[in-house]
Amino acid sequence: MPVAKKAVVWGLFAAGGTITSFVFPALILLFLLIATDNTPINLEYSQVHQFMSGFYGKACLFVVISLALWHAAHRLRVVFHDFGVRKDKVVANAVYLVAAIGTALTAFYLYLI
Amino acid sequence: MSRRPYVRPMSKTTWYMRNGRYKVYMMREMTCLLVGFYSFLTIFGLAALAGGSAQSWNSFLASQQNPTMVIFHAFSLIYFLIYQTFAWFELAPKAMPLQFGEKRVADFYIVAAHYIAWAILSAFIFWLAGVF
Repeated sequence: MPVAKKAVVWGLFAAGGTITSFVFPALILLFLLIATDNTPINLEYSQVHQFMSGFYGKACLFVVISLALWHAAHRLRVVFHDFGVRKDKVVANAVYLVAAIGTALTAFYLYLI
Repeated sequence: MSRRPYVRPMSKTTWYMRNGRYKVYMMREMTCLLVGFYSFLTIFGLAALAGGSAQSWNSFLASQQNPTMVIFHAFSLIYFLIYQTFAWFELAPKAMPLQFGEKRVADFYIVAAHYIAWAILSAFIFWLAGVF
């Protein structure tokens, strides 16, 4: 891989790692609260819908999810290599495709909201 | 190349079990599965929210309320904190050393700044969600 391209791939991976480190513990805790039937008041339909209708809600969620997916995809690619899978081109295409689909779905649903 | 190069016998699936550092490395790498899982769980939530009525959102919330998910989330939270969040913060001064003139900023301050920023951001997210 050319050096310039590698810098972009790794830069996005690092950005995703940073953003998931900061945001995902809170996200997981919110899912835990939902799972234990202690859904926080602003996650009721009308409030969460209103928040996600605004620009800031959409922008934050899109940035977080797209970078998180890229980060996970890149790491999963390395995991495949670590487990002895040597078809890196195939693995890379597959994991980045899933990340791209997730990103497109995020954009689509945010657009619908 | 010699005619009979020595190839160390190595298991493809368990090589990291030999060494504590390798084990921690593999535990860190595995956080990518959790990141992927929670990203897509959030996307499912967005799909329910885009359904246009409270009903689809409420049924999404209801679908999440079972003991399996409680245990899974609790496990994920601890695993993620140890092997992603805290690990990432500890690595930050190595990946991005800060220097002012001749002096290097001590690792401790960079790591501490990450923890403080994380606490503030998490509190802000909980406030947005209406936890308190």
